[in-house]
Amino acid sequence: MTTLKRIFLFLVGLCFALLLGSTASAQLEIDITKGNLDPTPIAVPDFIADSSAERDFGKKIAEVIRADLERSGLFRSLDPASFLETQTNIDYKPAFADWRVIKADALVSGRIRQESPSRILVEFRLWDIFAGEQLKGVRFATTPENWRRTAHKASDAIYEALTGETGYFDTRIVFIDERGPKINKQKRLAIMDQDGENPIYLLGGSDLVLTPRFSPSSQTITYMSYENDRPQVYLLDIETGRRELLGDFPGMTFAPQFSPNGDRLIMSMERRGNSDIYVMDLKSRSTQRLTTDPAIDVSGSFSPDGRKVVFNSDRGNSPQLYVMDADGKNVKRISFGKGRYSAPVWSPRGDKIAFVRSGGGKFGIGVMDVDGKNERILTNSYLDESPTWSPNGRVIIFSRAKQDRAGTTEIWSVDLTGQNLRKVETPGMASDPAWSPLLP
Amino acid sequence: MKKYLMAGAALLVLSACATQPEPELMPEPEPVVEVQPQIIEPEPIPEAQPLPPVVEPFVDPNLPIPGSEDDFAFQSGGEPRVFFGYDQFNLSPEAQDVLRRQANWLNIYQDATATIEGHADERGTREYNLALGARRADSVKAFLVSQGVAPNRLRTISYGKERPIDPRANEAGWSRNRNGHTNLRLGGIG
Repeated sequence: MTTLKRIFLFLVGLCFALLLGSTASAQLEIDITKGNLDPTPIAVPDFIADSSAERDFGKKIAEVIRADLERSGLFRSLDPASFLETQTNIDYKPAFADWRVIKADALVSGRIRQESPSRILVEFRLWDIFAGEQLKGVRFATTPENWRRTAHKASDAIYEALTGETGYFDTRIVFIDERGPKINKQKRLAIMDQDGENPIYLLGGSDLVLTPRFSPSSQTITYMSYENDRPQVYLLDIETGRRELLGDFPGMTFAPQFSPNGDRLIMSMERRGNSDIYVMDLKSRSTQRLTTDPAIDVSGSFSPDGRKVVFNSDRGNSPQLYVMDADGKNVKRISFGKGRYSAPVWSPRGDKIAFVRSGGGKFGIGVMDVDGKNERILTNSYLDESPTWSPNGRVIIFSRAKQDRAGTTEIWSVDLTGQNLRKVETPGMASDPAWSPLLP
Repeated sequence: MKKYLMAGAALLVLSACATQPEPELMPEPEPVVEVQPQIIEPEPIPEAQPLPPVVEPFVDPNLPIPGSEDDFAFQSGGEPRVFFGYDQFNLSPEAQDVLRRQANWLNIYQDATATIEGHADERGTREYNLALGARRADSVKAFLVSQGVAPNRLRTISYGKERPIDPRANEAGWSRNRNGHTNLRLGGIG
């Protein structure tokens, strides 16, 4: 029997308070739709605190915020050693001239106060240095254990204020942790914060587990497991640890993904060697068959409005991408470039589809419009696969396998623009990442 | 242990002669040495002599025990697998030969069942390869059934690219990893 762990930590008593007000006339605006070759310089001093215990929090929170912003590729976090002004009270305006000298475009001045053993107050003001204006003021009340999530929430607020887009820092990534030699790998379902912190196993390691996906609306994961030597789709509630085999089908069920509001599951089912796409209503557990082609039909992914499905099929003799209505009608091929296409995922913004294209012995992650136009290949390697979108649709993370006898796998991240390619820290070898929605 | 199956299997043993098949990866093809059946004229049995005791048929100790998993692998040509082309699930003439021999064996040892595992190489994405592995397993099963093996003795499972047998990240390794594995289970169902 697999041991399940209750792992979700509620953010107790977290409250947003825009008490410090914000001004509308922001001059500092970052366009994240373009490749950002010139990241915005931002200064994030350690959060001001009184006691040494509080100062420790203040330092760690600022470090997490600096790292979040830096990793986004849109910001360059300035070295605190270069700062001229040391603020002692965030309720006074900073000395803008001092920050202009070190070429900061934005400043985050924050404060941390421990009100009781179980409650800390974290607040910050975001300043536009050139305009000399406050862009945002936020206060969080939370438990001391939640300092890291609070820092991510602060990063999200800063990102949002400066880009006009929702952030993605207070999120998690579910993935497959891989151990052992290539010909005998142990693959285990695991989850970690978006920045690689707090990795936790979600299941025991006895069964092969693949392709987890997050529900967009709850802390539920769907995945495929070879439990009892039967490859089938499961649900796992990561708050309660409740795990459930989804239906009892004669053939393999695989490649599951949630519908945009989480009430249905799209997956493939195999009968006598032939794979087709089905949708299951999670309440009634009734299934509807969407494809009937004798070809491989796999990797269905809903559009965010739930009206369309993109999927992978080799009905045209090589694997390509197709879009159909959510009832299986009006199938149209959308991939026409050179090579073979697979693993499509619809962007949460609705305007793009990410996929894997292979050809010439290489595999890369690409994006295209939902009608197949404006195809752009973002990465290229021996084997890049399993793309998944950040909840704001601006970043894609994916698996990268190296061409080696060890079967090394890693998780990488790239912007929608193809910029900012970087490795995501994982506890060991890792594959099949799936991004959570923004946490509540 | 269900390694030994007692049956009149001596005839299978005599069909070829070789050393023990190596369980390692990429076994070299073993040289086949033809053993000429030796015909020895029996001596006339003297009158009033008791008949000699019944002797167990001679079994070459280098050959797998008839009816064993090793025997099945040996009859399959070294290992109970057939191999596929890139993104293919059709059976080559060589693969069909191997499966005919597997079917013969399964038709003699009626207690045996098998799980047909479909495998793909790493040069494909995970979900597509799961579907491809399912097709390969089904191709193998359908062929064995066409050769008289009862379908309820054969189960299929796809492992996609999750269970490679060769770690090499080149064509030599990939071609080994694109296979249908008849994973034998002796002693009947259950």
